[in-house]
Amino acid sequence: MTTLDDTPAGTVSESENRPGPFLIKDCALVALATGRRARMLQEFRNEITQIDESSIYHHYWGGLLQARFEEREFNNDFAAWIRHGIHDAMLAERLAALDPTDFTDLELLRHEIIELIDMRLDECESLLWMRATQQFEFIRSQIIVFDTERRLQQPAELASAIEQFSTSSIFYHFIDARRRTQHRCDDFSDWLAGFGDQFNGLRKHIAGLDPYFGSLAELRIQLAQLFQTYFQEPVHEPAG
Amino acid sequence: MSLLDDYAQICGNDVIAHLQQLAAPFHGARVVHVNSTRVGGGVAEILTKMIPLMQELGIDASWEVITGESQFYECTKGMHNTLQGNQIHLSDKLLGVYERTNAENAESLRESLTEADFVFIHDPQPAALLQHFPNRKGKWIWRCHIDASHPYRPVWKYLRKFIVPYDASIFSLAAFAHELPHPIYLIPPSIDPLSDKNIELEPGAVRQVYEKYRLDPERPLILQVSRFDRFKDPIGVIEAYQLAKKYLPSLQLVLAGGEATDDPEGGVVLGEVQEAAYGDPDIHILLLPSDAHLEINALQRAADITLQKSIREGFGLTVTEAMWKGKPVIGGDVGGIRLQVINHHTGFLASTPEGAALRIRYLLYQPEKIREMGEKARVFVRDNFLITRHLREYLALMVALLYESQDRIELSCSSLNQEIHDL
Repeated sequence: MTTLDDTPAGTVSESENRPGPFLIKDCALVALATGRRARMLQEFRNEITQIDESSIYHHYWGGLLQARFEEREFNNDFAAWIRHGIHDAMLAERLAALDPTDFTDLELLRHEIIELIDMRLDECESLLWMRATQQFEFIRSQIIVFDTERRLQQPAELASAIEQFSTSSIFYHFIDARRRTQHRCDDFSDWLAGFGDQFNGLRKHIAGLDPYFGSLAELRIQLAQLFQTYFQEPVHEPAG
Repeated sequence: MSLLDDYAQICGNDVIAHLQQLAAPFHGARVVHVNSTRVGGGVAEILTKMIPLMQELGIDASWEVITGESQFYECTKGMHNTLQGNQIHLSDKLLGVYERTNAENAESLRESLTEADFVFIHDPQPAALLQHFPNRKGKWIWRCHIDASHPYRPVWKYLRKFIVPYDASIFSLAAFAHELPHPIYLIPPSIDPLSDKNIELEPGAVRQVYEKYRLDPERPLILQVSRFDRFKDPIGVIEAYQLAKKYLPSLQLVLAGGEATDDPEGGVVLGEVQEAAYGDPDIHILLLPSDAHLEINALQRAADITLQKSIREGFGLTVTEAMWKGKPVIGGDVGGIRLQVINHHTGFLASTPEGAALRIRYLLYQPEKIREMGEKARVFVRDNFLITRHLREYLALMVALLYESQDRIELSCSSLNQEIHDL
């Protein structure tokens, strides 16, 4: 079996896009049942301690490529279930504020989730026995990444090429990248960083795009506008 | 124009390009789907398009249908019902017919299935085939299309022993899945935008159903398409209509379902529905033949709002169909409806007739909301619940199976070709 990347889930790997050409990749995600379910917060907490990292990935990241609505109320499945299954707004908001890119690996994210749940259980004892109105089903996913064999040699090519990216390719380069790249950023920014300070202004603009709430198609439009505007303007923002 | 071109016009070129790339390593791979009927039912409907789509992508795809005598179908219908929770005893004699029929079909399919790289076995009818292929070459996948979340245990226990040796199973939702000692994939079903049920219609076709069923095109129309079954709560729909009609006197309701055939419960429920509707000329109960796809399509387009007020539901493909036609749906807060109906965006979830009535009023007083939510519903279905997405996930699963438990699979065509070659 020949795999190009046998990096275990949750660890950081170097981006393959730096400093050579940008390799346009695409991906497909397939979801799997884990058989793990929760109807109460305590049960949910215990499952979180045991679930596979790929399940945390799915509920924080992978879900963005699954069937979903473009205007999500919460940026991860855990927060959504706490709000609509357990009906605890406070914990839902705290979980929603967790940004997985703040954690160097998924184990640390897992610990923070458990910490927040424990803190809330201490605050509100009734949550110990409150039964959810709908069961939480823990799902995990497998991601299949393939090379489209298309390459970008220069950053300016992004302006015209980005519209040809599939939405799953946007997912791979803009969202999944945050788990792979050294600085937990998207592949575009990671690649641009390889050109020194020249594109720092553009990288700042890219960092301003929130990956969680728009649909992938909307994200593609936003990126296209950003790249087209940037590369058409004769004077760019000072690097910084 | 090819079939892929037809779908590209609906889903976009990028979706088709993605399929082509995912399928490229499978050029020439032999993929066989097996079910028990070539016409009628959702599985046959999907395979009718899935097979030619796979073929256009360069896969050597084929479709085999097992056959049996009437007692075989009696048994498998019983299995279907028991997996959905009905407590029906299946006699040893019927189970014997089931096993014998699978053994006989295994002989006639031996060459095709032994040599296949991937075999998709759909539903319980052909599930027992696998044990007759000890020298099978490829990966075998059992695809369960049924809501088997609360099966009648003795029958599930019986079937499980045939399913355990498969390389993987597929269920439509996590809630339907059962513990099995192999990977359990979750792939929701889909609709085919080019089928009679969903294809674009000329305005004349919609006008015809207004005339045929004496519906007034100038007055608001709500619709539920479903068989007359307590789980679909048709009485609850009538109650919701009656509550809303106090505020919307011109409201019309259509309940469209299949004719009660061999389901004695269906006849009883239909009687109750007719009784509840008695005396109201604005409630139209339509008993349509099972092949009235174009007519159902026209009714869904004629309606302002669609209801699917189920109290228990599998995935709810009638919801998907209505949303594809740009209609907001008021659906029961159950099963796969929750995946599709997003409050204030693609429709509303309702748990009671009162809740459904409130949402009917909300929408009919704001026609612009109906248009806005209907458009969102259509886009949501386009992006998530069309056959192209279904096919993409089958292809992804085929790759994933070759790499077994890896969470992250990075591949090149050459590496995958080698994997297929090594099967």
